[in-house]
Amino acid sequence: MPEPLLTMKGISKRFGATRALQDVELEVYPGQVLALIGENGAGKSTLMKVLSGAHPPDAGSMRLAGKPYAPAGPQEARGAGIGMIYQELNLADDLSVEDNIMLGRERGRFGIGGHFGMGCFEILDRAAQRKMVRAVLDQLGHPGLRPDTLVRELSVALQQLVEIARAMIVQARVLVFDEPTSSLTGQDAKQLFRVIRNLRDSGLGIVYISHFLEEVREICDRYSVLRDGKSVGHGELKDVREDEIVAMMVGRTVDELFPNVAHESGEVLLTLEHLSGPKTPTDVSLQVRHGEILGISGLVGAGRTELLRCLAALDPVRSGKIRVGRMEPAPTPRARIQAGLGLVSEDRKGEGLAQSQSITDNITYSRLEPYSRLGMLALGRRRQAVEGWMRRLRVKARSQEQAIESLSGGNQQKVDLARVMHQGAEIMLLDEPTRGIDVGTKSEIYRLMGELAAAGKAILFVSSYLTELLEVCDRIAVMARGEIRAVRPVEDWTEEAIMRVAVDVENG
Amino acid sequence: MSTQPQQPNSTAAPRAGNPGAGRRRMVLLGSALGPFLALGVVVLFFVAADAIQGGNTFLSGPNLRALAKQIAPIAVAALGMTIIIIAGGIDLSAGTAIALCATVLAWSLKEDVAMLMLRGENVAGATQELRDGNEDLSKVRRKITRLQADAAPNQTDRKALQEQQALQRQLEAEIPVLKQRLEQITADSRRITRFTPWIAVVLAVLTGCLCGFLNGAVISFLNVVPFIVTLGTMTFFLGLAKIIAHESTVRPNRAEQIPQWLINFLSIRQNALIYGFPAGVWLALVLSLLLAAVLRYAVFSRYLFALGSNESTARLCGINVTWNKIAVYTLAGLFVGVAGIYQFSLLSAGNPTSGIGMELKIIAAVVIGGGSLNGGRGSVLGTITGTAIMAVIASGCTLLGLSNPIQEIIIGVIIVVAVTVDQMRRARLAD
Repeated sequence: MPEPLLTMKGISKRFGATRALQDVELEVYPGQVLALIGENGAGKSTLMKVLSGAHPPDAGSMRLAGKPYAPAGPQEARGAGIGMIYQELNLADDLSVEDNIMLGRERGRFGIGGHFGMGCFEILDRAAQRKMVRAVLDQLGHPGLRPDTLVRELSVALQQLVEIARAMIVQARVLVFDEPTSSLTGQDAKQLFRVIRNLRDSGLGIVYISHFLEEVREICDRYSVLRDGKSVGHGELKDVREDEIVAMMVGRTVDELFPNVAHESGEVLLTLEHLSGPKTPTDVSLQVRHGEILGISGLVGAGRTELLRCLAALDPVRSGKIRVGRMEPAPTPRARIQAGLGLVSEDRKGEGLAQSQSITDNITYSRLEPYSRLGMLALGRRRQAVEGWMRRLRVKARSQEQAIESLSGGNQQKVDLARVMHQGAEIMLLDEPTRGIDVGTKSEIYRLMGELAAAGKAILFVSSYLTELLEVCDRIAVMARGEIRAVRPVEDWTEEAIMRVAVDVENG
Repeated sequence: MSTQPQQPNSTAAPRAGNPGAGRRRMVLLGSALGPFLALGVVVLFFVAADAIQGGNTFLSGPNLRALAKQIAPIAVAALGMTIIIIAGGIDLSAGTAIALCATVLAWSLKEDVAMLMLRGENVAGATQELRDGNEDLSKVRRKITRLQADAAPNQTDRKALQEQQALQRQLEAEIPVLKQRLEQITADSRRITRFTPWIAVVLAVLTGCLCGFLNGAVISFLNVVPFIVTLGTMTFFLGLAKIIAHESTVRPNRAEQIPQWLINFLSIRQNALIYGFPAGVWLALVLSLLLAAVLRYAVFSRYLFALGSNESTARLCGINVTWNKIAVYTLAGLFVGVAGIYQFSLLSAGNPTSGIGMELKIIAAVVIGGGSLNGGRGSVLGTITGTAIMAVIASGCTLLGLSNPIQEIIIGVIIVVAVTVDQMRRARLAD
């Protein structure tokens, strides 16, 4: 085994009373991909912030390529060869690919940049820059990407590539990928893996952070698990089973990640007839029954989210019918809520929850009537009800009045689910409800979905994560180009079969 | 379907168990009371400075009354701005809208609006008509005398004379009618004019509501950002007021046309006080309490906060975004209308340009009081405190003999400091 490229030893970090990291160890070898695994809040992000110079550690030491490494700030870390690719893209949309890649590292004609902070007065050496950018894009296997394209015009996958290129431009030795596939489709993820393997083979050390264990298995060589800010296990991936990793992550054995709650389909509750939206969906006909979990699969852009938005009347319906039972609810969000439809948005931050408002408010927004009399709120009764919901969904919070923005992703998602349940929704429209959530909470949400179905609710479950669809759903519909291409009972699907329909192979 | 929460079936959510909870609670408390503490500091500073200079007037009754008089008008307008800012909007037209309302009030008093509405004419108008008739008559008479003095009248002169004589007969017949009309109007006015002030006040408030409704409707239906819409209506309202005032200032007769209670509304003369403060101060207090209650207990207030925090969420939750926005601006317009009454009472006149720049003071009061221009945050207590901070600084500086420019510089610094401190506190809370 070669010498490790990067060693982190005894790293500790505290924020006020919270111990974010305690005595954490990490080793990254050249030419290998290390999976950094842990639930949300386990300390992965903090550890990477220490590595990238954003937070100085309280204790511990780091060595990079055999030399002591203690970055004073992100710029210094970058200069030393640490490249970060964050989950959320940090690109200037209105600048070109080249400008984004070179941002903060612009090449000047006179070479005074970097000295005396005079860089901003430099004249750009476009030719030199272009050469560097082309070299990096070549190395990433995308020589065809034009450096003068505006980043705004690129797909998410290509934008991510620009991020990677930016990290590479400074002679990176260690690259950190923080949940890079969460906004990618399966196809794009495959492409990304090819890029990562290329980089690995060229001798870089790579840290790969992900929730998806299948993904980790596919791309990584070694693993390191964090729990509650401590290192709880590391080693070769080939020596360890999936459930062992999960057990390390959650600190107990999860008997089932996908709890099986018996439920039975009843009468037809929701009927869609030739439903078409502004662009997507197109001509969708579908029936969903009481007590049924219907999965909706497809690539990003296939129109899954838009279908749910049409149902919630957030997007206009161009033609076709929506029937709940025998009623045809009016096309306003209010009427749809009253008809029993409830949407959990894929975008918790931008749409699903009012981030600066309290848990209480967010749970009750869509149904304040029970607590209102002559337009005034009965605050006490509302508080009691919300307390019940928080207990039922096990929302971890200091108080009900806590603002949503200070909750973890999993707890936010629970609040959003609580809102739809509180609203009394009979038809739950769940758009990627487990995205960006730790394994423990995921399991809780699967169980909850089962319980809801057992109570007779109909659930439309949109997800890009095929495993969970195959485990949780009764039927799965696959969408492509706005249409539903196939609906079959879950027994008749495999991951491969779903992908074949989703990428449009089966229909030529 | 079961909508009531089920019985707790498993472990309760751990609450307030971590060691940081106490500290966080302090931070939360600090952020709610922050503006209040700042006010205390400012007051203490001026009391101390005043004492060092040998004075003892800062906390005296008269000075407090003067302070309250300065706070009340801005505070009332700022209440309206508070709900707009909570709902994620802004109203740059507040200042000129206030002046418009004051101008409408002044015009209504001056033109005896009750008579105009019930009789179509007021005493001043009837008097003017009679005077015009008399003047015309004497003009015609002078012409006739001149024409008759002509020794050798030609054809045209004779014809002119005949014409003037016909006119004279017509006017002589009209004037008694006008006289009688004036008497009638004067008699009616004795019964009717006393309603004018009330109607004028209602009209001023309605004008405010209409201004708000217009803002809200344009913002909602045309889907243009509030900043731009109200930037436009700001000059729109200014122009409207100028048309009503004929590009000058509307001055009703102070002795006859402005009722005593309106003159006393914000006066700090001894005989104008009720329990130590003028009526306007008490009204501002009552409105504050009412709005505070609405913001805490009304269902509508939840919609406001939802809208301001995240409009998409509000839509998703079935809240009618369009109409609630219009309602917010209209309700804020009500406060603008009331602020117009204050403005008129201070000037005893309606000056269309008297509100220019006032909107910035109002917005500053809300922001110093913890309101966030990103929406979703703001409180009545904060806004009143914010207004008070600005008034205390202005009055304290005057007391210490600091010049106006110095006051302005200090207030400018306070605005930025207040918001910065608030942000830092929130960042600590979010950690």
